[in-house]
Amino acid sequence: MLEARQISKRFPGVVALDGVSLALFPGEVHALVGENGAGKSTLIKVFTGVHRPDGGELIYNGSPVAFGTPLDAQRAGISTIYQEVNLVPMMSVARNLMLGREPRGRLGVIDTAAMYREAERILAGYGVVTDVRRPLRTLGMGVQQMVALARAVAIDARVVIMDEPTSSLEPREVETLFSVIGKLKDDGIAVVYVSHRLDELYEVCDRVTVLRDGRVAHTGPLAGLERLKLISLMLGRDLDEVKSGGLTRFSRDRRRARERDGAPPAVRAEGLTRRQVLRGVDVSVWPGEVVGLGGLLGAGRSETAKAIVGALPLDAGRVLVAGLPLRTGSTTAAVRAGVALLPEDRKAEGIIPELSVRENIALAALPSLSRAGVVSDAKIDKVVEVFMRRLRIKAASPHQPVQELSGGNQQKVLLARWLAIRPKILLLDEPTRGIDVGAKAEVQALVDELAEEGLGVLLISSDLEELVEGADRILVLREGAVVGELSGDDVTEDKIMASIAERGAESDG
Amino acid sequence: MAEAVAPSGRRVLAWAQEYGVYAAVGVLLLFNVLFTPHFLDVANFRTQLVQVAPIVIVSLGMALVIGTQGIDLSVGSVMALAAALVALYLGYGAWPALLVALVGGAVSGTAGGALVAYVGVQPIVATLALLVGVRGLANVLVPQLVEFRNPDLIALGSSSLYGVPVIVVIAAVLTLLMAFVVRRTTFGRQVVAIGGNRAASELSGLPVRRVLLLVYVVSGVLAALAGVLATARLQASDPTSLGLFIELSAITAVVVGGTPLSGGRIRVLSTVMGALLMQLLSATLIKHNLPQSWTQIVQAVIILAAVYATRERGTR
Repeated sequence: MLEARQISKRFPGVVALDGVSLALFPGEVHALVGENGAGKSTLIKVFTGVHRPDGGELIYNGSPVAFGTPLDAQRAGISTIYQEVNLVPMMSVARNLMLGREPRGRLGVIDTAAMYREAERILAGYGVVTDVRRPLRTLGMGVQQMVALARAVAIDARVVIMDEPTSSLEPREVETLFSVIGKLKDDGIAVVYVSHRLDELYEVCDRVTVLRDGRVAHTGPLAGLERLKLISLMLGRDLDEVKSGGLTRFSRDRRRARERDGAPPAVRAEGLTRRQVLRGVDVSVWPGEVVGLGGLLGAGRSETAKAIVGALPLDAGRVLVAGLPLRTGSTTAAVRAGVALLPEDRKAEGIIPELSVRENIALAALPSLSRAGVVSDAKIDKVVEVFMRRLRIKAASPHQPVQELSGGNQQKVLLARWLAIRPKILLLDEPTRGIDVGAKAEVQALVDELAEEGLGVLLISSDLEELVEGADRILVLREGAVVGELSGDDVTEDKIMASIAERGAESDG
Repeated sequence: MAEAVAPSGRRVLAWAQEYGVYAAVGVLLLFNVLFTPHFLDVANFRTQLVQVAPIVIVSLGMALVIGTQGIDLSVGSVMALAAALVALYLGYGAWPALLVALVGGAVSGTAGGALVAYVGVQPIVATLALLVGVRGLANVLVPQLVEFRNPDLIALGSSSLYGVPVIVVIAAVLTLLMAFVVRRTTFGRQVVAIGGNRAASELSGLPVRRVLLLVYVVSGVLAALAGVLATARLQASDPTSLGLFIELSAITAVVVGGTPLSGGRIRVLSTVMGALLMQLLSATLIKHNLPQSWTQIVQAVIILAAVYATRERGTR
């Protein structure tokens, strides 16, 4: 149906795609995997008309096509759901869903009643029941993603490309998504499914294409392809090496009881409260300890982290760093005290896209890298060099704008920004989300290393495996309150899920 | 995207973004040297530079504000306020009067900055209020044109340093100072970062609100200084018309210089070049006996070209 033949695409200094071929058949779900920087995003952008290939051709429905703009591709029936939801946050759900094809009444005026009815009908098909008059931004990320999907499918798509569609979905929503994908398959629509979550790939995908360094490393049916084999294909590493390394890079033997006598916790949050979001959350993290925050989406994990750094206004509660109370509501004070937050939304709250790698790294540490308000280039260069090497940040030069880097490298830049201030406590909100397997392993190994060096780490992750292997102790949140604490041998995926479920049953009854 | 279509075209565009304004100034100079009689006269150069100096000074502050995704419409009114304050306090001597005028600019900037940074009013609205209010205040203080004979102040407006008018020297020094501030100070880097991504800057512990406030204070003080210098040159305080529409000239200079209105980047020297380009352009057309309306049309074309160039950069 849609076929790429020997597609090549070069960017200044990089060959993003080098002779990539990929055939997509009606009614199949095709997994597209690879590390960040392997060329997945570029290939998708070629399919959707954002980029034009430098070489090779696209065959669509049997004839060569060249999409000049994303709109051309969309008109031809190729729809994309991007990682970051691309909708209009201030407009109503219905408006977003029907944008550009609103039902018209007499005089060409939008028939709002019909629009709302239609929107409700469409969304119900996706298991979403909500007030479609509300502005989109008031809904959870999961629901927003569903609206994006519904919109993509509704405009008569023949090919739907999903880029990390589940990264912000709750398990229940993921199920809905999968049933929708099933429906798309039955309708003969081809789906390109990009994800870093292997479980999902095996659950929904028929075939897989592995990209590595801009080339196709493997393409074929997914069933029968061993999981470790797939990972080794993506990483370009030996199968045995992957096996011995395990799936995450946390060293299991690190977990041990920390010396706590006398020393105050690196950070202690007491009774963090904010209406409808947090209900008296207490968290303590001792130096050298990795504390995991478990719970479902919307349980208050990110909010807890934001509250600790003072980025979320609180109704009550206080934060102590190394025993000293922190001025509330001031991120400046928190950072000065050595509290660093790696935010969940890298693009919106992390990087300064137009600034260089160098300036992004130096940003938080600027006061300490300057004298009398004048920045020292020498000091910055040194810090930047140290961290670019230590974190293996891949960039053409320190002066490359950070927006040109892959997601994994952007994340490393943000980690470098925080390590440069020599933090006492690192709050990591989904540190490995949306980054490739290789960078993921590096970030995980780094977290391990930092904890060894005596840093306190608060780890938030939707990836249970990551949480279990990374954390010494896990606090389970539910509806803005801590409902369970697991430590030692109790830190297992089963126990976390049990903790969430058990408490859930209790509050229902 | 564009680079795939025509790599060479893109390179030209990228070059135009960086150096287009310099090239345009160069071309215009060359044209004048060749075709405009008496263009190389020292007197002519002096006139041009003296005329453009207040705009340059105001533009420097404007560039800073625009770098934070803001805008400062109040600069012209602040100039008028400074003119009024100078006239009122000239009895205490030129320097105290200058100081009072600068403080007035700082107060106005603080008001605008506080509205933007702490109250959360949009910059265009906050400074629009000041545009109206501060002009009114200036007119209340000094209702009509007041001439003065203070020798110090007149000297500030008309004397020269090694043959270069003092006003021009001040503008040049401030330009270098501002370039240094933007490039090499924590404040400057923080301004750029906040303009690039405010949420990220906040989470990185930058004192976002304080920096924003300070940006508007700087703009206010610079506008006040420009007001005093313009007054000194006129040898009369004229709060009713001084600085009218100068905010537009300043925004034009910033935009033509290639600073994007979307923030995150500040080009100080290019901003000055932008101001020079506009000045030179109108001078050229006047010298060749073309009516003012032609100047406006050509200026519009240049603004559009500049915005087009910066837009491409943003969509990469």
